[in-house]
Amino acid sequence: MGQQIAHVDYLRLGDDPHLVAHECLGCGARYFDRRNACAGCFATEFRSVDIPKSGEVRAFTIVSLAAPGIPVPFVAAVVDCGGTSVRGNLINVELDADHVTTGMKVRLATYSLGVDEVGTEAIAFAFEPLG
Amino acid sequence: MASDDIWILGITMTKFGKHPDKDTIDLASEAVMGALADGEVTMGDMGVMAAGSLMGGLGIGQALQKQVGQTGIPVYNVTNACATGATALRTVVMSIKAGEADMGLAVGVEKLAGVGLLSGGGRKSDGGTWEPRGRFGAVAPVDGRIGTETMPGVFAQIGMEYGHRYGGTSFELFARISEKNHAHSTLNPFAAYQKRMSLEEIMGDVMIAFPNTRPMCSANCDGAAAAVLVSGAKLKTLSPTQRRRAVKIAASVLTTDPYEEACQVLPNVNTLTRNAARMAYEQAGVGPEDLDLVELHDCFATAELVHYDNLMLCKEGAAADFFNSGATWRDGALPVNVSGGLQSKGHPIAATGIANVWEVATHLRAEAGDRQIPGAKVGLAHVIGLGSACGVHILERAAA
Repeated sequence: MGQQIAHVDYLRLGDDPHLVAHECLGCGARYFDRRNACAGCFATEFRSVDIPKSGEVRAFTIVSLAAPGIPVPFVAAVVDCGGTSVRGNLINVELDADHVTTGMKVRLATYSLGVDEVGTEAIAFAFEPLG
Repeated sequence: MASDDIWILGITMTKFGKHPDKDTIDLASEAVMGALADGEVTMGDMGVMAAGSLMGGLGIGQALQKQVGQTGIPVYNVTNACATGATALRTVVMSIKAGEADMGLAVGVEKLAGVGLLSGGGRKSDGGTWEPRGRFGAVAPVDGRIGTETMPGVFAQIGMEYGHRYGGTSFELFARISEKNHAHSTLNPFAAYQKRMSLEEIMGDVMIAFPNTRPMCSANCDGAAAAVLVSGAKLKTLSPTQRRRAVKIAASVLTTDPYEEACQVLPNVNTLTRNAARMAYEQAGVGPEDLDLVELHDCFATAELVHYDNLMLCKEGAAADFFNSGATWRDGALPVNVSGGLQSKGHPIAATGIANVWEVATHLRAEAGDRQIPGAKVGLAHVIGLGSACGVHILERAAA
């Protein structure tokens, strides 16, 4: 089996794929990319924290028209993972408003984006319905 | 007419729509010449100028001066996404307030007809090997894989989140908001679209990002708007007609989004609007109950709903009930977007934040023709640019 690489650097692969964030030591605010200072309290020190793998959909849309090259339709959502909001798609769900609802419980899932010419497989994350 | 008040002396907007025979400078010039004529002044009277255009290239203000009058005055070229027009207006307000000029010109212009979907812009994958790039070390575009950066999708989620928090929303409710604005536009000859649409037509149209169908999205179009502002002290020296038609800027506020959990994941358009509204009501010494009409930033039907709440036109959490009461129709208790709003009047981005002020001012001057809100004395204009920036202006009719 070839190498794997995460779609984004805040997705950690391995036996237990999960998301990580930079957490402000001053106020606990969390960011998925780097900050020079916290946007909330201006503190400058951060630590790496794991984000809970399950959560609740707080907002979603079903995108039917997107920029060229982006497959549609898809569900874009904001998931509240134990108090940390995460942006991600919903997968393994029927793409209509009867099956996708705010308040639904979801968990982190991963899927393959394909293999590049040296055999490395890129792995992306999304959320899927719990149970 | 206190000396330190700021007034609109002249203001105009071009018809919004397709202007294939006019370039950006032509359109902006039409608005500028219109605003100067409306105020019975010339470029020679202007002490400062602020100009905005997202797509019009660099130095739009100077290019415009070469078309209508070069006098050596300072030009501030401004951009603030969809709040660009309001930012240009506010820049002139600040300059007059600071005593650097007693009269100034603000202009916003955009050529957007046929541009299509506006998104954050995904990065193209270009084959070869996976290579991490950008702030997230992404090996492939994130738009479409980690949520959406398209505007219809972002604002759809903002409306859905409001519904999740407070209840009472549905696809049909959002579509009914759009039905209202399309109905309002039938009375506005400046609107890009003046076609009344039934609820069935709106709900049955092409889905862009649930629950926003195409007519529930702001219409990309061409347009420009410009305003001449004057200090209270200077206005006192002008003609009776100029004084009678002048409209007072009772409040001019610009805010950005303060940090809150989630605001960097899904833009929070609520808190900065609420903050701007609170400051504007305080500046103007009026409350939402004093407003005769509101032009708010209905870039999508889902956005209009949340701003009823953010502008405190209703009780917190009660936006759906407020709309269902009929209040925001033109014959309701507090008409909202009688111009047709961005969904039907159109949304040439940088022009929008001055065009909505023109709409309110035109009612306060009792010059709005068929769509006049009778006896309008006080009105509010609101825009929001993602990123985010929020502009709120409260206008009052001249006392005399």
